[in-house]
Amino acid sequence: MAAPPRDPVSELGSAPAPPLNDEDHRRGPEGAPLLIQYADFECPFCAVIHARLAATPVQLVFRHFPVRSGHPRAWAAACAAEAAGNQGRFWEMHDSLLADQARLEDPHLWDRARRLGLDLHRFDAERRSDAVTARVRRDFRSGVRAGVVGTPAVFLLDGGTAVRLGKAGVERVLAGSAA
Amino acid sequence: MIEPGTPIPEITLKRGDGTDFTRADLEGKTTVLVFYPFAFSSVCTNQFNLYQEVLPDLQQRGATVYGVSCDARYSQTAFIDRLGVTIEQLSDFEPKGAVCRALGVYHEGGFPQRALVIVGPDGVVQWSYQAPSPRDLPGANLIFDALGA
Repeated sequence: MAAPPRDPVSELGSAPAPPLNDEDHRRGPEGAPLLIQYADFECPFCAVIHARLAATPVQLVFRHFPVRSGHPRAWAAACAAEAAGNQGRFWEMHDSLLADQARLEDPHLWDRARRLGLDLHRFDAERRSDAVTARVRRDFRSGVRAGVVGTPAVFLLDGGTAVRLGKAGVERVLAGSAA
Repeated sequence: MIEPGTPIPEITLKRGDGTDFTRADLEGKTTVLVFYPFAFSSVCTNQFNLYQEVLPDLQQRGATVYGVSCDARYSQTAFIDRLGVTIEQLSDFEPKGAVCRALGVYHEGGFPQRALVIVGPDGVVQWSYQAPSPRDLPGANLIFDALGA
């Protein structure tokens, strides 16, 4: 029996956070606990956890969860990071954005791209492209489906399953124990 | 709180322009009523920021979304204007909490529980949910689950 046609709207219904996919941005030492973080470059709490995770031996997967009414430059920043990623500099842009959240307007984004040695024309075209917007939206929608309501939201990849960590769980990871 | 299958009773809330919103305004469309404790509070801010982001998807699903609180309509308007949110607000200010009480979502502290009620085009509750505490923000996924059920 053929499967019924999928209603695209229902794709925002509940579903587990996807464990890992080829498009995910991932860094950190192999074998270390793997965290999946839904975050927003304009969220101050994301900047704090970014600084703390940088000193923690974990693998980190970054997924976008920009909410524009709360953070009007969050989408632009997310798209800038993706456009930098198209030139192989996602994490450098990620770190740059979270290190200074007071400068997220377009001239600041161009300046960051210039300092990272990006092709500026390509960066500016791609950060406004449908493909980059769709990439950010894909992350956001996967977070909505997983019940993410704010940032940062952290999941621990346990086997093939992404398990949501509460504050205590995140603190345990930051203290060096994923248990 | 009001259970699925229950007709919405006669209600009167105030829109931002001061006109009445009554049971008749629920008829003929699917409505999501988002009851929230306080304009400008942190969790309510996060809630409307999030729901605003998925509002086009909810509208595509045929749902009309309203925020409901016991704040005065002027406070509600200032709240959403500050956030840049377009979800229409309905005030249950006077008599205070009368609609919240009628729907069983009035917190003894004098504010609405954080609750969601989906009303069908026939004015009957299709789904209702009350968060475990006013500090808990229901994910938007729950609304889509309910709309898809």
